[in-house]
Amino acid sequence: MAGKTLYEKIWDQHVVRDNGDGTALIYIDRQLVHEVTSPQAFEGLRLADRNLWRIDANLATPDHNVPTTDRSKGIEDPVSRLQVETLDQNCADFGITEFKMDDIRQGIVHVIGPEQGATLPGMTVVCGDSHTSTHGAFGALAHGIGTSEVEHVMATQCLVQAKSKTMLVSVNGEVNAGITAKDIVLAIIGEIGTAGGTGYAIEFAGDAIRALSMEGRMTVCNMAIEAGARAGMVAVDQKTIDFVKGRPYSPKDEQWEQAVKAWSDLHSDADASFDTVVNIDATSIKPQVTWGTSPEMVVGIDNKVPDPADEKDDVKREGMVAALNYMGLTANTPMNEIQVDKVFIGSCTNSRIEDIRAAAEVAKGRKVASNIKLAMVVPGSGLIKQQAEKEGLDKILTNAGFEWREPGCSMCLAMNADRLEPGERCASTSNRNFEGRQGQGGRTHLVSPAMAAAAAVTGHFVDVNDLMS
Amino acid sequence: MEKFINLKAIVAPMDRPNVDTDAIIPKQFLKSIKRTGFGPNLFDEWRYLDHGEPGMDNSKRPLNEDFILNQSRYQGAQILLARENFGCGSSREHAPWALLDYGFRVVIAPSFADIFYSNSFKNGILLIKLDAAVVDDLFNDVAATEGYELNVDLEKQIITKPDGSTIAFDVDEFRKHRLLNGLDDIGLTLQHTDDIKAYEQCRRAEAPWLFN
Repeated sequence: MAGKTLYEKIWDQHVVRDNGDGTALIYIDRQLVHEVTSPQAFEGLRLADRNLWRIDANLATPDHNVPTTDRSKGIEDPVSRLQVETLDQNCADFGITEFKMDDIRQGIVHVIGPEQGATLPGMTVVCGDSHTSTHGAFGALAHGIGTSEVEHVMATQCLVQAKSKTMLVSVNGEVNAGITAKDIVLAIIGEIGTAGGTGYAIEFAGDAIRALSMEGRMTVCNMAIEAGARAGMVAVDQKTIDFVKGRPYSPKDEQWEQAVKAWSDLHSDADASFDTVVNIDATSIKPQVTWGTSPEMVVGIDNKVPDPADEKDDVKREGMVAALNYMGLTANTPMNEIQVDKVFIGSCTNSRIEDIRAAAEVAKGRKVASNIKLAMVVPGSGLIKQQAEKEGLDKILTNAGFEWREPGCSMCLAMNADRLEPGERCASTSNRNFEGRQGQGGRTHLVSPAMAAAAAVTGHFVDVNDLMS
Repeated sequence: MEKFINLKAIVAPMDRPNVDTDAIIPKQFLKSIKRTGFGPNLFDEWRYLDHGEPGMDNSKRPLNEDFILNQSRYQGAQILLARENFGCGSSREHAPWALLDYGFRVVIAPSFADIFYSNSFKNGILLIKLDAAVVDDLFNDVAATEGYELNVDLEKQIITKPDGSTIAFDVDEFRKHRLLNGLDDIGLTLQHTDDIKAYEQCRRAEAPWLFN
């Protein structure tokens, strides 16, 4: 019998029943809840007079709407405030554990799940947020769902799912200096396209993925959705187990031993077959910068803004013209000549401790360039903020002229007060460069934390290696 | 969920690839705690010339006359014709809520993003995937004829053009069944309560750390 992929192993362990129509009822081990996609789900439960199936499988925190400045006055925008208060009330009414805005453990859902050990290897993890794919870094099957499905999981602890196809993305060889997880995943998206993973669960493998820290693997899996795949995952190894050990929600004592034994099987078998295999050469990856309004519109920093005239496909060419028009860019401009107005370091993609360390390393002894209106660093959680302060990273960053903020989603999607003004250009460590994503008319370039910090101190995009050598 | 059986309606063309859910319903409108009322803000940044915020009187806002949904020939459209990877990006169900609230019941495109696909069917919107060349022809037909209508029959899985020619389409059997009957997923799953409990009992014995 042929071996199984990691995806198939976790799928098989979670089938409650085969519905016989191409779908199965899949058991969900963990649901993370935030304020934006949950209110209508709680309302649905109330209207149908239903309760939560398993209260302790849920963990909540507000993240999208929370201010990143002084929180002592609460949330100024009444609509945002109501949404956060609604989450507080719903969690109180239904008995769900919530890390509220004033809790040190509050943060971006995809940061706090792993930080608390609430995300464990082999689990099925869902959340009403597409970047739930992040948790796949732990050898978990994790994906975003809509509000109807949030309510479905609350009421039944299950989801009706059709099995995905499987894709192996193998990043082979060793990356060069200055290349981070963000550059790897942007290069992958540039290669397979934003719809390349549609219908698939992607397993990321190869030397370059194995060499990444857990934080780096989370960055890669986080952006699986930007390649169209609902789920991204990485096999369990010693790094996974070391990261999980001793966290508040992690198993203890005898159960820990039992769990570690079970987790040793969480990898694809050597003879497993995937529906699609993609090989990427790690050694050729350059620091990446997006130039357009889709994450697949990405090039290396040593490149130029692409010319639509070189594109043969009509629909794609028109898409490129529209993107350049929106971005205010001219074809064939060298990427390192593009000046930026704002710099955002944060989001569920890049707000973990190693991201802040990388930004601080570049910022150390330098100053934010005079043309930069705002350079901000938003940690992913209160605990990360505390750790960074313990290491003195906040001082390095503020001495260089960066603003040091409170944790949340912030300018990744600009639901709170942090946003771009029309026409402003931003070097951002977030995950989406869509039109209007960071504010109406705002122009987003996706980069790694080191590249964002390099843009902040020089005022334009630049190869971080030019600064660090 | 409202049933979907058959629909004959005007088609509106959205001629760009990778239309994302941020474009379908911008984030400022996600602060609502309701399921309804998103229609006036569907494609807000393309549809209006000013910046929209929740609570504004949308009838008084300046319209972008060039935007497709503001053109008189597409008023009353209930079928949206789109390009590849429609609905990519965020998992916000506010995107199908906005399409539905505006009046769309069918979207036709060469491909859709996964989460948007699943969310749409759960709200009674039928998404139809057709070959890119067939979609291209439809874009030409819509441009050529004012008031262009298509007839969509879910039961027979057939689209009929004004000239009587037909296009067959595929749809997953389970989605079709739910849509034709307007079924509530949670109610259906709760019929299997015993299976869920049996699974939990078994799983708790082999992986107790998942139930702490």
